[in-house]
Parts: sequence; structure tokens; C-alpha cells
Amino acid sequence: MGAGHAHRLYRHGHSAVHALPPHTKLAAAFGFVVVVVSTPREAMWAFGVYAVLLGVVAYAARVPAGFLLKRLLIEVPFVAFAVLMPFVAEGERVEVLGLSLSVSGLWGAWNVLAKGTLGVAASVLLASTTELRSVLLGLQRLRLPPLLVQIASFMIRYGDVITDEMRRMRIARESRGFEASGVRHWGVLAKSAGALFIRSYERGERVHLAMVSRGYAGSMPVIDEVTASRAQWSYALALPVAALVVCVLGWAL
Amino acid sequence: MGSVSDLVNTASLEVSGLAFAYPDGHQALFGVDFSIARGERVALLGPNGAGKTTLVLHLNGILSGGVGTVKVAGLPVGKEHMAEVRRRVGIVFQDPDDQLFMPTVREDVAFGPAAAGLRGPELEERVDRALGRVGMAEFKDRPPHHLSFGQRRRVAVATVLAMEPEILVLDEPSSNLDPASRRELADILRSLDVTVLMVTHDLPYALELCPRALILSEGTIAADGRTAELLADDELMRAHRLELPFGFDPRSVTMGA
Amino acid sequence: MHVPDGFIDAPISAATGLVAATAVAVSLRGARRELDERTAPLAGLVAAFIFAVQMLNFPVAAGTSGHLLGGALAAILVGPYTGVLCVSVVLLMQGILFADGGLTALGVNITDMAVVTTVVAYAVFRGLVKVLPRRRGSITAASFVAAVLSVPAAAVAFTLIYAVGGTTDVSIGKVATAMIGVHVLIGIGEAAITALTVGAVVAVRPDLVYGARGLQRKLKLRVDGELVDVPDTAPVAAARSHRKVWITGLVASLVLAGFVSFYASASPDGLEKVAADKGIDAKTEKHATSDSPLADYGVKDVENARLSGGLAGVIGVGVTVVAGTGVFWTVRRRRTADVSPAGTSGV
Repeated sequence: MGAGHAHRLYRHGHSAVHALPPHTKLAAAFGFVVVVVSTPREAMWAFGVYAVLLGVVAYAARVPAGFLLKRLLIEVPFVAFAVLMPFVAEGERVEVLGLSLSVSGLWGAWNVLAKGTLGVAASVLLASTTELRSVLLGLQRLRLPPLLVQIASFMIRYGDVITDEMRRMRIARESRGFEASGVRHWGVLAKSAGALFIRSYERGERVHLAMVSRGYAGSMPVIDEVTASRAQWSYALALPVAALVVCVLGWAL
Repeated sequence: MGSVSDLVNTASLEVSGLAFAYPDGHQALFGVDFSIARGERVALLGPNGAGKTTLVLHLNGILSGGVGTVKVAGLPVGKEHMAEVRRRVGIVFQDPDDQLFMPTVREDVAFGPAAAGLRGPELEERVDRALGRVGMAEFKDRPPHHLSFGQRRRVAVATVLAMEPEILVLDEPSSNLDPASRRELADILRSLDVTVLMVTHDLPYALELCPRALILSEGTIAADGRTAELLADDELMRAHRLELPFGFDPRSVTMGA
Repeated sequence: MHVPDGFIDAPISAATGLVAATAVAVSLRGARRELDERTAPLAGLVAAFIFAVQMLNFPVAAGTSGHLLGGALAAILVGPYTGVLCVSVVLLMQGILFADGGLTALGVNITDMAVVTTVVAYAVFRGLVKVLPRRRGSITAASFVAAVLSVPAAAVAFTLIYAVGGTTDVSIGKVATAMIGVHVLIGIGEAAITALTVGAVVAVRPDLVYGARGLQRKLKLRVDGELVDVPDTAPVAAARSHRKVWITGLVASLVLAGFVSFYASASPDGLEKVAADKGIDAKTEKHATSDSPLADYGVKDVENARLSGGLAGVIGVGVTVVAGTGVFWTVRRRRTADVSPAGTSGV
């Protein structure tokens, strides 16, 4: 069983961005997104600068553009919403290529697309340069309540367990000649959900017993202290600070 | 049981009148009494469903709420001493994959002592010593799931040894091991100077390692005595669904222990 | 229903952030009683399960996405407080790792998908279990109904938040129709999965279902042939459940108060549109709260309209961050203060 230390979002590497302590990266990503969201949508050039900033981070982290773009696909449902907006929104309308579009809808679409995309890109960069376990350590360092960190770490461990058990159950089903091919089989699949839940629980329960037996009392013991030097903090915070400058300019101009 | 009563003062483990039912109503233990002296190696034998695992989970307070008491080196198992009890009772579970959950061997072995508050060079020294005792020192920075099954079980033993327990409890230590790994583990267990309680179906292994054996059957201790004598008692063995492997005769085995 | 960054304006993001932080803080306190050593991994499993089901996105008519929410399942299996925490953790991790739902929209997402679903589902569930006969079938039936209702409830909550703080002026009518219509359908799917899962778990491990704790038989132990009763713990549980109802009510009213007050005070664009459509001239009336410093998203005494709107946004976000940190910090300190004597005594 994999212990959740590697995930498919993570891109192994040894760049300066990878090496930053996780809590500085979390703080930087959050700060960046807050700044982006507070930028007026009329300052279109500012969003271009934000994109360039993220591009610089991606370059420093040696995350290839293709990888980044593929991960941006998660946005698709909201892109669809944004595309519809100029059609359904109310207000003053303009004619573009023979279509009647709402002006405020266009602004809305731009706003959601630009801010959403930058937010997603920032998260993707964070996830692809930070191991799952470090994310948890970082959250712990940022004083997220221990109970939440505990639930999150169990969740990640169980993610693996569930995938494992799901594969075993599918093999068992298929070796008995069952194939899910239509609505009629939804019942069988839904019943599997209940069984999957119990099987996963009982497996995870054993892991938990082993942890409790070794003195686990709700929070992961600190084996290697995660500390960030002043230089690391300033390096990580360069991103949101640069973005903040752009944002202030965006309001002023 | 009179043979052990005079050892009670120095007992590593003392269980008396232990009874327990699961929340779903299934009752697993019906009054268990026994005591293990410091430094003894004892096998706990019994058929499937006899309550062996339930008993093991009582030893460090994971299960509780029934009647009876468990004492570890004189310390009653209960809410107030839980952290100390869990440090003193080291349980090695049957499936090493359940026990090893950290990304590297080193972090896994460090987990217990770190949870007890150890840090820095002291922690590192503890980890090295535990891994050295099971002969896995050179695997320190490897991910556990890249090791062989036998190696994983040895690391699992090390994770528990790192806590310097009073008593080592092993659940089916020889299961799924090939003969070479089985012998290596036996050598390691013999070299340790801790009290050992070994829960097993593997009767030859019990005979090889443990001079004394308990038979747990239907939730109570059905027999307690020298392992060789119990295994040689055909009627007792049959009554508790214990079977020796084909061709194995406990009377013909000579032991160094 | 995961709201991305920039979809809801800053003041409302901040306000929902405050609501979410309060709800999480209250839940953290409550969860201490719900969770014991053995149920902690269950919370993680429920979270993982919800994570998985939320990944199944259905394209929705009006362009938004819909998916199963899992709040009902969480509330019934691990209890309402822990349920809120589970779903919140899922949303947080989705935001960080999968970029699903914006980081600044966490407050919105937690409020509508973690708080509203769990509170509605658990209230419905408790109510039904009290009325229905004490059988396992009732638990399953009650979970079905609770889940069916919880999903459209979240859609309503989303629509309200959108009405108050949406950055685009699609009329609320359209949003409400699309969101609620679709989520009634999703609710049925959610209910089926919730009921089947709860049913399966109740049948095999009733001890794992928080909502079924009242159904357990009294235990007996046989010691040397005599029957011994297990010490009774029921009165303690009863005393707690009153508190729980009380606190649940408090959370619900807090959430409602949050919505209603913003709905009433901030003069949302969408609402004005509806008012205008219906021939009500909203502009002739003075807003009761137009003297508040953040009214109409603009900061008083700041002339430049864009600058003042932006300041409001920044102040709003700042308030969330400060308030959130403050709440977490207090809870944490209290937790460690409570825990430390027990934790250190044995070491």
C-alpha cells in the first residue's frame, strides 16, 4: 500500500521552488490569489502581468507548460459557464459577429475567467512542487487546528486504500463475469459503494490501531522540524508582494 | 497456574478476569487470567475466532469497557496511564503494511519515540539502535513498500523496539514468511532481552521460540504449561482445534531454549 | 458547485469566510465529543469518500457544474460537527491540490457545501429518526430523505450568496432555476448513494453509524457463567444531545442571520434587477444601512469610486483573515490547554 507520500499531481524535481518550506509556499499562493481577486477587472493589463509572474515561478520550478495547461482543464465547467454568461446576462447589449451579447455579461465572463484561471494556475503550481505530506506539515505549521490536519491526513491515506479496494472488488466482479454496461447495472455498482466503505474502513482501522499503539494521539509527531529561514520566507513572498504592487497600480491607474 | 503465582511481583503482564463483548453484541472474551514474568517468552495458541486478537488489543488499551483488569509491569491499563502503557507494550501487527505508514523506514521507526517526545540526535540514535537490532540499518532511507515481505516484518519489529517496550507482543510473526526469513526473525527474537508474547498458529515456531505456552479457546485460557508438553498432549490439541503440521513430532525435537 | 476565485465579490467572500470560520470553530468544539480514538479514522474515510464522489462532475444545463455533495453522508456517519469538518477539509484540500474551488472562495464553498448540507441533513435525519419506529430500515429511509433535501438546500444557499455577491449580473431567477432544478436531480442520486452506504454500514457495523447510536442493544457480559451488565452510559449521552440540538440551532441561525442580513443590507445587483423588472423603483428608497462603512461595497468618504470599492474588498478580506486566525487561535489554545494535563501526565 502506498502511504500517500507521492501523488500524481506532484512533479518530482529539485528546483528552488521545490526546496522551499511548504508553509511559505502555502502562504505565498494564498496571498497571491487574494491579491488577484482584489484587482479591478477593468485593469486588464494587470492580469497579464500576473500570468507572467506565474510563468516565472513555473520556469523556476521547471514545470513544463504542457503539464500546467493540462492541469488547467479542471476549470472547464466554469469556462462553460463563463462562455454562456454574455448570452444570458441582462443589461446593455452589443453586436459582435452578428450575436447580441450583454456588456456586463462579457465583463463578468472576463472577470471569472481571468481570476479563476490565475487561481487554478497558482494551486496547480503549488501542488506540483509540494509533496502531499509536506502540504499537511505546512498546514500544521500555519496553525490549522490539529483535528483538521488529522482528518486531512487520514483522508489522503484512505484515498489510496479506497483505490486499492476498488480495484480488488472490480477484479472480483469481473472474474465472475459482471460488466457494468448500462443503467441496469447501476444497482450493483451502488451496492458496491456500501461494501467498499466498510472494507476500506476496516483496513484503515488496522493502520490506525498500529499508529495508536505507537503513541499516536491525534497529531503527527514532529520528526524533522520544518523551519523557514528569513531568506526562504522573502523568496516565497516575492510572488504575492510583486502581485500586490501590480494590484495597487491597477487601482491607481 | 500455581507455577507462576510466585512471579506476580515481577510480572511484565498480568491479566485477570478479562471479559469483553463487541458493540455488535458478539462476545469474544469470557474471563481470561494469566501472568507473564519479566524476560519470559510465551506463545499464545488458539484456533481462529478464539479471541486472540481481541485479547491483544486489550493489552495496550485499544479495546476496553468490559470487566477485568490488565496490568503492565504493575501499571493498570486505563485512561490515566495510556501513554505510558502504550510505550511499554509494543504490538507488532500481523500485516506489516498496516504497521508501516511513513514514507521512509527511518521515519517509520522514529514515529513512536517522536510521539513520546524524543527529538534530534537522541531520536536518531534510538532509530539506529532499533534498526541495528533487526539487521536493517542499511535500509534506513528506503521506502518500506519497496522492501521484501520479510524485511518489512523486521522493520515492523524495529518500529516497536524503538519505543524500548517492557513487553513485545507479536501477532502471527511467521505468517507469509519464507523459511529463510522465518529463521532470521527467530534469531532476532531470541537475541532480544525483552518479554515476548507471541500469538500464533505456527506450532513448530512456538515450540522453537517459547518455552511456555497458553491455549486460548472460546474466550478463556484452556491450558497453560510447557510448550513441548502441551503440543504432545493429543487429546488437548484436538479439543481446541490445534493441529501440528504433517510429519512434525514435538517429542522428537530438542531445544536450546 | 465549487465556486472559483473572482466569482463572488470580495465583501461577500469575506463575510462567508467569517461564517465558515465560525462554523468550523464551533464544529471543532463539538467534534471533540463526537470523535473518539476509534472514530477518528472514520472521519478521514468519510472525507476521502466525499472527495471521490465530488470528483464526479455532471455538466449542468446553464453551464455550471454539479456533483454529489456528501454532507448528508458525513453528518449521519460521523455526526454533524465532524461532518462539517470532513467536508471542509475536503474543500480545502481540493482547493490546494486540485485547484477545484478558489482559495478565496473557500468561505463560500464551505458555507454552502459543508455547513448547509450537514446542518439540513442532520436536522431532517434526527427529526425523522425520532418519528419513525426504531429499526434499521428507518435509519436508511431517514438518510434517503435527509440527503434528498440537503442538496437543493445547498443550491438555495448558493443562489442566495450569488444574489448578494455575484460579480456577474445574470438574474437570480435564471440562476435559481438552473441550480435548484439540477440539484433536485442530483439530490436523488446523492440520496441513493447515501442510503445504500448508510444501510450497508448499519447492517454490518452499526457501531460506526453515529446517527444509529440510539439503536444499540444493551450489552451483557458472561463472567464465570454469571451475567454482568455493562455499566450504563446512556444518561451522559442524553445530556449531550440536548446541547447538540441547541448548538446546531445556533449554527443554523447564525448562518441564516448571515445570509438574511446581507440579503437585506447590501443591496445586491441581482435583487435590484428583479425589483426593476417587476416595476419596483428600488432607487427611490434609502437603504437602512447605507451609513455602514462598507455599504454598497464602497468605503465612505473616499471619492474615487473604483478605489473605494477596492478598499472595501481589501478590508473585507483582511477582516476574514484576522477573524479566522483569531478564532482558530483561541480554539487551538483552548484545546491544548484542555489536553495538555492529560497528555503530559503519562510521559
